[in-house]
Amino acid sequence: MTPLALIGTAWSSIGGNRLRTGLTLLGIIIGVAAVIALMSIGRGAQEDITNRIESLGSNLLYVRPLDGDLTLDDALALVDPVFAPSVVSVAPEVSVSGSVTYRSTDTFTQVAGVTPEFADVRNFEVASGEFISPAHVLNRKNVAVLGSQTAEDLFGERDPVGVDIAISGIRFTVIGVLESKGATAFGNEDNRVLVPLTTAFFRLSGQRTAAGDLTIDLINVQADGERIEEAQQEAATVLRLRHEITDTDDFRVDTQQSVIDALSETTGTLTVFLGAVAGISLVVGGIGIMNIMLVSVTERTREIGIRKALGAKRQDILAQFVTEAVLLSIGGGLLGVGAGVVASRILDGFTLAGSELMTVFSGDIAALALAVSAAIGLFFGIYPAARAAQLHPIEALRHE
Amino acid sequence: MTAVIEVTDLRKTYRLGPLAVPVLNGVSLAVERGEMVSIMGPSGSGKSTLMNIIGCLDAPTSGSYLLEGEEVSRWGDARLAAARNRKIGFVFQTYNLLPRLSALANVELALQYGDRRNARARSLQALESVGLGHRYKHRPLELSGGEQQRVAIARALVKDPAIMLADEPTGALDTRSSAEIMAILQRLNRDQGLTVALVTHEADVARHTRRIVSLCDGLIVGDEPVAEPLRAETAEEAPA
Ligand SMILES: Nc1ncnc2c1ncn2[C@@H]1O[C@H](COP(=O)(O)OP(=O)(O)OP(=O)(O)O)[C@@H](O)[C@H]1O
Ligand SMILES: [Mg+2]
Repeated sequence: MTPLALIGTAWSSIGGNRLRTGLTLLGIIIGVAAVIALMSIGRGAQEDITNRIESLGSNLLYVRPLDGDLTLDDALALVDPVFAPSVVSVAPEVSVSGSVTYRSTDTFTQVAGVTPEFADVRNFEVASGEFISPAHVLNRKNVAVLGSQTAEDLFGERDPVGVDIAISGIRFTVIGVLESKGATAFGNEDNRVLVPLTTAFFRLSGQRTAAGDLTIDLINVQADGERIEEAQQEAATVLRLRHEITDTDDFRVDTQQSVIDALSETTGTLTVFLGAVAGISLVVGGIGIMNIMLVSVTERTREIGIRKALGAKRQDILAQFVTEAVLLSIGGGLLGVGAGVVASRILDGFTLAGSELMTVFSGDIAALALAVSAAIGLFFGIYPAARAAQLHPIEALRHE
Repeated sequence: MTAVIEVTDLRKTYRLGPLAVPVLNGVSLAVERGEMVSIMGPSGSGKSTLMNIIGCLDAPTSGSYLLEGEEVSRWGDARLAAARNRKIGFVFQTYNLLPRLSALANVELALQYGDRRNARARSLQALESVGLGHRYKHRPLELSGGEQQRVAIARALVKDPAIMLADEPTGALDTRSSAEIMAILQRLNRDQGLTVALVTHEADVARHTRRIVSLCDGLIVGDEPVAEPLRAETAEEAPA
């Protein structure tokens, strides 16, 4: 038989029992749709995270203490045209958590002590008011710049610039509000409050090393253009010299890329895992096809006998039933891709457990799901088809 | 004349667990090209078994079967299938049409596995030659038993086979429909020289053929020419 005649025959026998065909298709449709929806959620998460981190600027390095201390002097030492020519600027920060109060509204959040460089290095802009100035740092001013979320929590629609608030019971004047950035590599930074580094040291935290130096939690380092790896090397060398390290570093220097890599590895695993879970339902759909094909072979034993009596070879019968199974699975696969695309559209922007889902659908996911469903049709269709092909013509004709 | 069918010492034994059921016990028979033979015998004598082997639908336990001079018992599935498709037209007592398909599609089915050229036109022509050209759209259940059997004959005929085998083709039909079927078979044999072998229980039907082979307990017990073959009613012979 020609391929076209095979498909025609398969089509008419599939169409012969609509309800049964529909239910069989449903198994594959659900499987494929689930694979597509879940994988696009995984892809969405991956892309979301990458986008957010990249929006911070790609030439960033983060220096963090491991099991030692980083001091303010360490941070300042990194701006060194001789030993660290690739470092453009640094923004040390300390963070404490505290309650921020305006009248009767209060919120518990992260309060970070930063320097004016912070805005440049981390790509933050003020939406209104101004950022912390060198004078504020020098004079340990009680001024605060609110994250967009914190501003909204405390003030709603009103403009908080110029208004007094209390941080851990100490009075601060709001001088600015930051633009929203969403969640970043460090979690959601929109709900932070920024104050001058010196103010944070002397009024809010006051951590010191045994030697009396001021300790900081993080140094944001801006590298010169593309020279990120050089900056990473230089910063590490400077700190090793200062800390007199011979073997293991008591700090670590991460690049933006290494943060992205680590996170997308996690979300990549998540995507594969989600796809595999959904793939199980596809296998269940395949078993449904096998089941229906076995029933079909039994029901149509006489037809198989007739076809054999008319000259159908074993492989003709095999091809006929395999075609039916594959047609079912590809048909279900195509409908499933449609359903999956619709599902991932609906899920896009859907709020789940407080965070917004972002889905990314791409052709390769659909192609993969289709290929897997076709392979499943082939795999689960071959056994019933082989049973049909092996039937003895006379015994098949005697079947009632 | 050359023998189209030549079986020699054909045996068939069914195995039911430890039990051996001998059905054919050494049948030897030759049918020449253009003959019209009927095979008679009591129920269970092995007529259908013999027909199925001749029709390449079943394999003998031992013995030789030459179809147009070729030894069939050595053939594999593909060659047997090809022989069923090209050389043999088989008509069953129970018609064996596919109920989902129209008369025309049922006839065309026979061409799907072989020479597909002009399948539609040839199928229509075959239906016309059995007087059913106008009923081609109808499904089997919309046709009488006699008409269904005529569709089955058209389906056997469309392949232009070397031999037409029929296992009790009139077994389920009344006298009038039987006569129509026999008229068609006689005409094919007489006008086109088609070799016809049929199994029947009815002596009346057998007398329409030119030779009667009698089978009993898996052995041929009689083989005689019919002195004066009857001529079936020819009312239906004219193509409609
Ligand atoms: N698959 C089988 N297994 C076991 N025995 C079988 C099988 N097929 C046929 N037989 C036996 O072979 C014998 C001959 O059967 P066959 O159908 O050839 O007889 P028949 O002459 O055509 O009879 P009828 O006139 O009733 O159609 C019967 O006794 C039957 O029971
Ligand atoms: Mg019989």
